[in-house]
Amino acid sequence: MNALELRNVGVSLGETEVLDDVSLRVGQGEFVSILGPSGAGKSTLFRLLTGALEPDRGEILLDGSTLKRNATTFAFMPQRDALMPWRRIIDNVILGLEVQGVSRAEARARALPLFAEFGLAGFEERYPAELSGGMRQRAALLRTVIQARPVQLLDEPFGALDALTRAQMQRWLEDRWRGARWTTLLVTHDVREAVALSDRIYVLSRRPARVISEVVVRAPRPRLGTALPAEARAQEEELLNTLLSQTGE
Amino acid sequence: MTKGLPRSAGGRLIRGLPALGSVAAAIVLWEIYVRLSGISPLVLPAPSRVVEQMAANRALLWENTLPTLSATLTGFAFSVSIAFALSVALDFLPKLRRALFPIFVVSQTLPLVAIAPLAVLWFGFGLTPKILLVALVTFFPMLVALVDGYEATDPEIETLMRSMGASRWKVFRAARFPSAMPYFFAGLRISITYAVVAAIFSEYVGARAGLGIVILNAKNSFRPDLMLAAVVVSSTLTLVLFGVSALLQRVLLRWREAGQGQ
Ligand SMILES: Nc1ncnc2c1ncn2[C@@H]1O[C@H](COP(=O)(O)OP(=O)(O)O)[C@@H](O)[C@H]1O
Ligand SMILES: [Mg+2]
Repeated sequence: MNALELRNVGVSLGETEVLDDVSLRVGQGEFVSILGPSGAGKSTLFRLLTGALEPDRGEILLDGSTLKRNATTFAFMPQRDALMPWRRIIDNVILGLEVQGVSRAEARARALPLFAEFGLAGFEERYPAELSGGMRQRAALLRTVIQARPVQLLDEPFGALDALTRAQMQRWLEDRWRGARWTTLLVTHDVREAVALSDRIYVLSRRPARVISEVVVRAPRPRLGTALPAEARAQEEELLNTLLSQTGE
Repeated sequence: MTKGLPRSAGGRLIRGLPALGSVAAAIVLWEIYVRLSGISPLVLPAPSRVVEQMAANRALLWENTLPTLSATLTGFAFSVSIAFALSVALDFLPKLRRALFPIFVVSQTLPLVAIAPLAVLWFGFGLTPKILLVALVTFFPMLVALVDGYEATDPEIETLMRSMGASRWKVFRAARFPSAMPYFFAGLRISITYAVVAAIFSEYVGARAGLGIVILNAKNSFRPDLMLAAVVVSSTLTLVLFGVSALLQRVLLRWREAGQGQ
């Protein structure tokens, strides 16, 4: 059963046709990535899912039925961490629960035991400005998964990090995901990240976006910290070539 | 953000030294000039004489500071409350904003010299015209600070909250309102200085007591030394109120200092 399915979705923003014809699906417990050149419409796709935007054409299905407005299906992690600088980390992390109507005390009680696992122990009462970039991303990720929604939407979660911190965070995410199996849709333009983390990868064309390639990654996990099998390395190469063909130069 | 010097009390003192030094030098020069030139104290009193007058008239000055302080604070509290209530309404109703903003801008073009006597004519010598004038002068800057502050909210934070299913009101309370607080306090610090000036001016035009009245009486009896004494008191009052707003900001927006010690 597909947790999420998009059928021939298209949308224009003003005069700009952003998504032309996008069809994709994410199975239960599956990790799916969307690769695409910058400006292809990847973030726009997420805005359609979170209900910030209505598609002009096509259908979005959840567990086989049409997506309802204000659906409580997605936990969304925006491109920048979007932590509130005036809230302590613990209160940032429980924002989603607070919006759901969970009391502050109850939400804190649910969040606190997870801080160690997310490498944030001891930073509960700090403000975001006091944390490193990697810690901020982990806090944003904790704020996402704690909402316990059926599908996680991660929009370039590590895009703003330095290479070393990014590698560290990717390993950490792979490790977490192997334990939890969150149904995840990840947007990235990092080919290695996509291959390392995903069960399946969709590649979007440049704007107006269509799906131009779908790749199934079968390499055994964990994939980070070990040499990738030849097949996965070939897939990396092929994906990079496909992407480069879309950058227009 | 100022970097370089430590943000400790000692650092602030060191940073303040040049300013204090130049003020002290100006006062000393003034004193020397008055003594050497033998100019009449009816034209230019020496600083020492102003201080003498402050001491001699301390009861008078104190009695008249209280009405000014009370007009300033009441008028200011009034204007901040109205500005806040209206800013919330305007944030939810952008059409209302387009309808009302021109009126507020016009209210800022009214010359105080004309409005103050009219306010006294209409509302008498009591507290009311002072409150109204202080409010007139401070209302618009406070409103603009709040409205701009709401607009400065990080759009990603709003998108995030919407994705969580938050209502417009919840987004306002949890994101837009806190985002506006630094703007609010910046507006507060500036407006409070206007507020004191407006209160004194409206007293000057018509009141029973207040620093404006002290200045008026001193002028009518050719006492520049007493006028300057009242000026020193009113400046001190302004500085104290400015300091209180700055302190309030430090205490209430502690998060803004977070991460700067690293
Ligand atoms: N509100 C808007 N109106 C018009 N064009 C927009 C708007 N928002 C985004 N776009 C355009 O849509 C395209 C896709 O944007 P986005 O989804 O953010 O791309 P990305 O794949 O980099 O996340 C970009 O070229 C952008 O200029
Ligand atoms: Mg994007």
